[in-house]
This record gives sequence, structure tokens and C-alpha cells, in this order.
Amino acid sequence: MDAAELVASLQQAIPDATFEPVATVDLQPTFYVSRDHVVAVAKVLRDSADLKFAFLAELTATDYWPSEPRFEVVYVMVSLAYKRRLRMKVRVHGSDAHLATVCNVWPAANWLEREVWDLFGIVFDGHPDPRRLLMPEDWEGFPLRKDSPVQIRRPPHIAEPLQVTAEEFRISVERDRLSREQM
Amino acid sequence: MGIESDYEIPVLTTTVEKMVQWARRSSIWPVTFGLACCAIEMMAMSCSRYDVARFGAEVFRGSPRQSDLMIVAGRLSRKMAPALRRIYDQMPEPKWVISMGACASIGGVFDNYAIVQGVDQVVPVDVYVPGCPPRPESLIYGIVELQRKIAQQRLAS
Repeated sequence: MDAAELVASLQQAIPDATFEPVATVDLQPTFYVSRDHVVAVAKVLRDSADLKFAFLAELTATDYWPSEPRFEVVYVMVSLAYKRRLRMKVRVHGSDAHLATVCNVWPAANWLEREVWDLFGIVFDGHPDPRRLLMPEDWEGFPLRKDSPVQIRRPPHIAEPLQVTAEEFRISVERDRLSREQM
Repeated sequence: MGIESDYEIPVLTTTVEKMVQWARRSSIWPVTFGLACCAIEMMAMSCSRYDVARFGAEVFRGSPRQSDLMIVAGRLSRKMAPALRRIYDQMPEPKWVISMGACASIGGVFDNYAIVQGVDQVVPVDVYVPGCPPRPESLIYGIVELQRKIAQQRLAS
């Protein structure tokens, strides 16, 4: 099944969405999809009996700054049942950099979306755990954006707060003591 | 140091300071701490071919509380810097730091936002060992230089 056939069957399942198959050098079926229909398309790709793309192998993004729309979010899926791979791309504007999460479709997307948010600043609406993944939690900026500086001259943070507060520590000690008494 | 031959058993006399310096420099225990590829050379240094046991520094301790020396072997990311500082703070005095390799000393080829450009911004460094990575002999030379430095440290000023 090539990209054109796939897009035709997807178009039948979701008439509202706009699909755009593209030619690729590596001959892997690839298409663009409109931003608002990502989750619906993902569900069809996962559940449809003749597709069964149950495995999200990769979720990443590219930045084509300064052209707009500058971001492309790329989903790479594998159909273990039919031994096929598929690449789905979504264009995202820099001024409106957010799209819906696919964590409910593929749980594997959780950390991948966190990484994309961390490094590109693309917000995934409805993400269950929207924290930074790789950079320090107090980091400012998104380092893989093309307009982000490569070199910065800033003294490193060398002190971090304790991982529990004094109050949390006392509570946990008390809980341990009670559990020992019950034994 | 003199030999007192009037006694029946041979006796060496010395000063407390020289004794302490000798004891400290002869058993430098590094903390087990590798950040990147330099750590491979550090491990090679502690194994039998290069055998840093000849210089009394072969006992890598798993706990910073039992260690005298921190060998910063590799690039230090900004996210790792607080953890490294915490390990250094947990080491008992007296303690020393060797900055091993180009990345730990000045950032090396990683002149970017993610890497600390020199661990001397985070911990005080006693000896810098150049190289990318330094050969085990270089690191042993760094430890010998550190021993020379310890031998000159006074107990009280």
C-alpha cells in the first residue's frame, strides 16, 4: 500500500481532514495531515483492521525557521501485524505552536512529546505530564529552535533545592514509624 | 628525618606535618565518578596494565563520604552541575579535584549551551590533565603532580 492508497482510505474514514501524500527518497509512505485532525487520524491508523499501526516508533519535530509554517511534527509508526512503516507529518505555525496530544492513542508518545516540548517549545494540548524531559526544569528557551543561541555565557547553577521539604520528610518518617508499629 | 642508633630497635624521627603529608598523599582514594569517555581511560588507569595502585590511588570508593579525590572524567552538562557539586560537598576534608580532559577543563569541542565550560566554575580544581581523552599515563602523571602538591600543603599557616 503506497501513500496515495493509504490517504484515499483515510480520507474515506475522516472526510473533514486534509491529506497530502508526498514523495520520499527512502520510499517510505509519507503524508501531511491537517493539524486539527491528528488524534482522529491516529485512532484510525491504530484501530483500522487493515492498517493496525499499533506501535509509535518515533515522534519528533523539525524547525524550518525562518520560513512559515516553521515546525513540522513527525510521527513514525510501525504496523507489527502487516510489517509496514508509515511517516505522518503535521505543519505547525510558529505563532500558534500547539497541537493535540496523542498520548491517549499511543502511551509511548508521553516522553516523546515532552522531549519535543522541551527542545522545540511546541505545546501538546491535553498532555498528562507537561514537564521538561532533557533540559533542567528551570531552563529558559527551547534549544533546538533555529533562532536559539548555540553558545551562551551564563554561570551554571550549582545548587539545587532538596528533593523533599522538611515537612514532607517529617510526614514520611512518621508514616514509616506507624507502619513498623503495625507489623 | 634521622636514624637514632643509640636504641636497640631502629627508630625514625620526623615531624607530624611530614607524617601527615606522607599519609595523605600515599592513599588518595578517588570517588567512583565517570561522566563520559574519559572515564574509560580512568578505568584503564586503575586496572592492571597501568596499575595506579603503585601510587596508592587504586581504591575507588562508591561513596563520596569515603573519598579524598574527585576525578571529573568527562563533559559536565549544566543539568549535572548541581549533582556534581553535591557530591563534592559530601566529601570530607581534606579533598582534591582533578579535572580530566579537555571537556572538563574548558568545555572541549562542546562549545554549546548544554555543557559547562570548565568545571572550575562548579568545584575548585587542583590539577588539570590535558588531552582528549588523556592517556592513562597522563592521568597518573596528574595524580603524581597532586601528590607533589599535597606534600607541600602545610597543616597550619
